Amino acid sequence: MIEVKDVYFTYPNGTEALKGVSLQITNGEFVAIMGQNGAGKTTLVKHFNGLLKPTMGKVLVDEVDTRHVSVATLSRKVGFVFQNPDHQLFSETVEDEISFALKNFGFDEKKIRERVDWALNILDLTRYRKTSPFMLSGGERKRLALASVLAWDPKILILDEPTIGQDRNQKERLRQFILQMNHQGKTVVIVTHDIEFVAECEPRVVLMANGKIVADGAARNVLTDPDLISRSWLILPEITNVLLNLNDLGFPTNVMDVYEARDLIIERIGWARK
Amino acid sequence: MSMFDGLKFRNISSPIHRIDPRTKFIYVLTFFIVAVFFNQLIPLLILFFSQIPLIIIAKVKKEWLRLIKGSSFFATIIFIMNVISLYFYSGYSSFASIIEQASAMTVRFIVLVESFSIFFLTTSPDMLGLSLEQIGIPYEFCFAFTTAIRFVPVLAEEAQTIIDAQRARGLELEGGNLMKRIRNYIPILIPLIVNAIRRSLELAEAMESRAWGATEKRTTLYMLKMERRDYCLILISALMLAASVYAWLFIKIPTLTQILNIQG
Repeated sequence: MIEVKDVYFTYPNGTEALKGVSLQITNGEFVAIMGQNGAGKTTLVKHFNGLLKPTMGKVLVDEVDTRHVSVATLSRKVGFVFQNPDHQLFSETVEDEISFALKNFGFDEKKIRERVDWALNILDLTRYRKTSPFMLSGGERKRLALASVLAWDPKILILDEPTIGQDRNQKERLRQFILQMNHQGKTVVIVTHDIEFVAECEPRVVLMANGKIVADGAARNVLTDPDLISRSWLILPEITNVLLNLNDLGFPTNVMDVYEARDLIIERIGWARK
Repeated sequence: MSMFDGLKFRNISSPIHRIDPRTKFIYVLTFFIVAVFFNQLIPLLILFFSQIPLIIIAKVKKEWLRLIKGSSFFATIIFIMNVISLYFYSGYSSFASIIEQASAMTVRFIVLVESFSIFFLTTSPDMLGLSLEQIGIPYEFCFAFTTAIRFVPVLAEEAQTIIDAQRARGLELEGGNLMKRIRNYIPILIPLIVNAIRRSLELAEAMESRAWGATEKRTTLYMLKMERRDYCLILISALMLAASVYAWLFIKIPTLTQILNIQG
């Protein structure tokens, strides 16, 4: 469980990135933190594994104050996948890349081999085991970065902008994967401004603007609120937008699922034919 | 990365910012030479304090203080190395004079850092490139030089992100013996270097697709012009150099230990 209690954070250069954020993420939740660039999303999640410590207020991870433990200790519990895989890949082979963190955390030889095999398999990288990470494509590098974190099986998984640079297919696979992880009981926090992706995942949405939380609730309520979305400098999901424009024909405004929209439209067409 | 902030251009307006970069460079170079002339504590301290008004005029006090704080690590090493080597190689010196000589070397280092920081804090990379160009250095070299300077803060920021990413994978930078500490930096240096190379290739392609080097003679939007204040500063630099050469040749500068002994 992550508890953020009235946290303020100011960067050394004087930028106030967080201005009084309070938030609670319980075990097994799936949360999307959204907002435009510079809203404070990444700054907030960097508090979850202690990379940043609050200037004021406090952050508790499983009741432990992040100010009193090292990043390494917290990371064992909170896996953080950075936005750009090129900021972390350095090993000679894909295999070594995945075992890096496991060695840091002091897993034994046998366990390391087991975990590496598992991670390679689950992210479909087994055939690249002996390849250099630098020879992989962008999407594969991103998967490798994810594998290298998942390998130590953290309880909480944080993904910073996981959809950037991914094509539609890869996004769909990522979505399946995240949902699967979540169903297996992992707490998943994604930081993104990809509203379509979030609309498809339907997690709890925490909307941020100017270092503050402006909305917190089910995706269906937050993402379909035109006023809220435009105030946060985002754009409504396409489906919501279409139905919103058909509102004067009696369509509801809080739909963001393709299949639901289809059913509504079919129902309406049938009704018109009668 | 707070130390690098002390070498990063601050885009504010001050009389120091407006001085021609060439003049400023001559001034900094003079300071540099003078600092190397003297190895006694008193003149070096005078040099150190004489630059503080400039820093206040240039409104870069905060960044400058941060740089001094950042360089204190190297300063400490210099001090300790000097104390050790003076102790072993100049057997007959008193302890007080060893400390004084070691402090002098430390202050010299800080003066050198300080003068460079004034230059870089108040000179925009573009201006620097322009001045290099106008003293006749080929544009290719000027461009390479300005680009290198421009990318220092970018690299510093990237290094910080990489450090964060690896710490999030359980890397602990502190602790361990020397070999382990050096090895700890491999996961940081490799992504940093790989990204730098990748970025430079991309930059080269982007530059070429914007017709870089298409014409022999480039024109510039701004032209640098020396003004009266620039000539004044050059004169001051020259006088400072002359005075210190004179002092170096003809005046025996007392050490602090001697002065204190006379008084006590």
